[in-house]
Amino acid sequence: MRDIAVVSVAQSQEKALTHTTEVELMVPIINEARGAVGLTQDDIGFTCSGSSDFLAGQAFSFVHTLDAVGAVPPISESHVEMDGAWALYESWVKLQIGGIDTALVYSYGKSSPGSLRDVLSTQLDPYYLGPLWPDAFAMAALQARIMLDSGTVSEQRLAEIAVRSLNGAADNPLAVRSSADANVDSVLAEAPIADPLRPSDCAASADGGVAVVLAAGDRARELCERPAWIKGIDHRIDPHQPGVRDLTRAPSAHKAAVEAGAGNDRLDAAELAAPFTTQEHILEAELGLGSDTAVNASGGALAGHTMMAAGLMRIADAARQIHEGRANRVLGHAASGLFLQQNLVCVMEGE
Amino acid sequence: MSADPSIPPAALSGEVRLPEKLAEVEPVRSVRTPIRLEYDFIPGSASSGYLNAFADRKILGQRSPVDGAVFVPPRGVDPRHGAATPDYVELPDTGHVGGFCVTRLPIPGRDDLEIPYVSAWIHLDGADIGFLGLVGGIDTSEVRMGMRVRAVWKPDDQLGRTAENILHWEPTGEPDIPVTAAGTNAWHAKQAAESGEQD
Repeated sequence: MRDIAVVSVAQSQEKALTHTTEVELMVPIINEARGAVGLTQDDIGFTCSGSSDFLAGQAFSFVHTLDAVGAVPPISESHVEMDGAWALYESWVKLQIGGIDTALVYSYGKSSPGSLRDVLSTQLDPYYLGPLWPDAFAMAALQARIMLDSGTVSEQRLAEIAVRSLNGAADNPLAVRSSADANVDSVLAEAPIADPLRPSDCAASADGGVAVVLAAGDRARELCERPAWIKGIDHRIDPHQPGVRDLTRAPSAHKAAVEAGAGNDRLDAAELAAPFTTQEHILEAELGLGSDTAVNASGGALAGHTMMAAGLMRIADAARQIHEGRANRVLGHAASGLFLQQNLVCVMEGE
Repeated sequence: MSADPSIPPAALSGEVRLPEKLAEVEPVRSVRTPIRLEYDFIPGSASSGYLNAFADRKILGQRSPVDGAVFVPPRGVDPRHGAATPDYVELPDTGHVGGFCVTRLPIPGRDDLEIPYVSAWIHLDGADIGFLGLVGGIDTSEVRMGMRVRAVWKPDDQLGRTAENILHWEPTGEPDIPVTAAGTNAWHAKQAAESGEQD
């Protein structure tokens, strides 16, 4: 296996981009990520992105966004209709195969032009669940009720997770929802929006984008003083039909963490892409995170959830902690689908 | 693909085998699950500038910071280099036909369009790429590459913030541009000349 590291990250996130296209959003982000390590597109061996046409309401919207990369002379490129974390995985595989030493990975989501809670219904099967148009909050609340009534979590614990995000996000300029003063009582006093979920249990929807540069071996050492070496990366999937799943668990998250070697040593920090407090609770257990790991110090995805980019943003946030010398072993997590159906775990270490 | 949605696709038209107890039940050969999602499209910064200018009978492009190439319509970026293009350039409403086609099929929802019609790649004077427009005021058999054209605008009181302000492009009567220098040939010639200068 080749040693591959995250050597540069750049990201931007707002509540809603009302005067910016996806292309205009990504030009400065991609240029910042490449420029920080002195690279131009000519130096990039492979480019891979993640996004969804259902957010833009426009077919092949990712092809437009390639304008932000610069594809003259023609570049080696790919795209996944997934969170950018899976584009990072594809790039990692491409780097493992060899022949190239660098990769540019980016993803973005602008869900504000549509109604995300309805758009998400289109990820359901088109025969049985899709035609019922269950709202995304209602589905998550269904899971929350199962968890509360089966005793796998308490409202107090969910409120503690919400407070951790709100307080942590207070120091994160990319967060779109934060509160230094929030506490368990103030969260529990909120009126539920989809009983039993309160507003602070549900991620704050955001528009944004993220770009990451990967490099292999000595190239990574040349480009970055403290590369975030990918020591383990794995993604797994649970069944699509929620009826066959235990909704209090996420076995695919557990399996991905084991395969990525998350538990092999102490983790200084973990960044989780859970769109609900209930799912953050499940992930902490499935990933085996202990009290010595700082979970979502940035506020996590709850403080700002950019659809299709939240996972790659978590990996970027985790990698940055290594770049800046604030941590030596970190975990970045990405999720996709209903009830954490798909999970990706990326474990990174300093030298 | 069948145009009539009531006709099931070929894959479903074969024999459906059912358990015996369902033998008398009519098989479900297809399911229709309509999807409707609404979006508020946001044109963004570059397109907003372009569309706003149309209301004043102006056509705006943007200039590449890399080599000065002028793009119309502007998209906020030089797509060759991924470089932001903050500088607008006001372009004249004259240019030439860089390429065209004569179409004899109607466009759904455009009953106003007489058939045959000519759609053309219009290269504005001062722009380095073409954009799409209709050619009018000339018999379709007379349209040619390199033909000089000018915009025919809607009356002032009908102008909006839309590219529909230009009804079509009509011949100016000026001499044609040689085909070898028209459309994308002009672009290639310019690039070749510039690389020659560099050498």
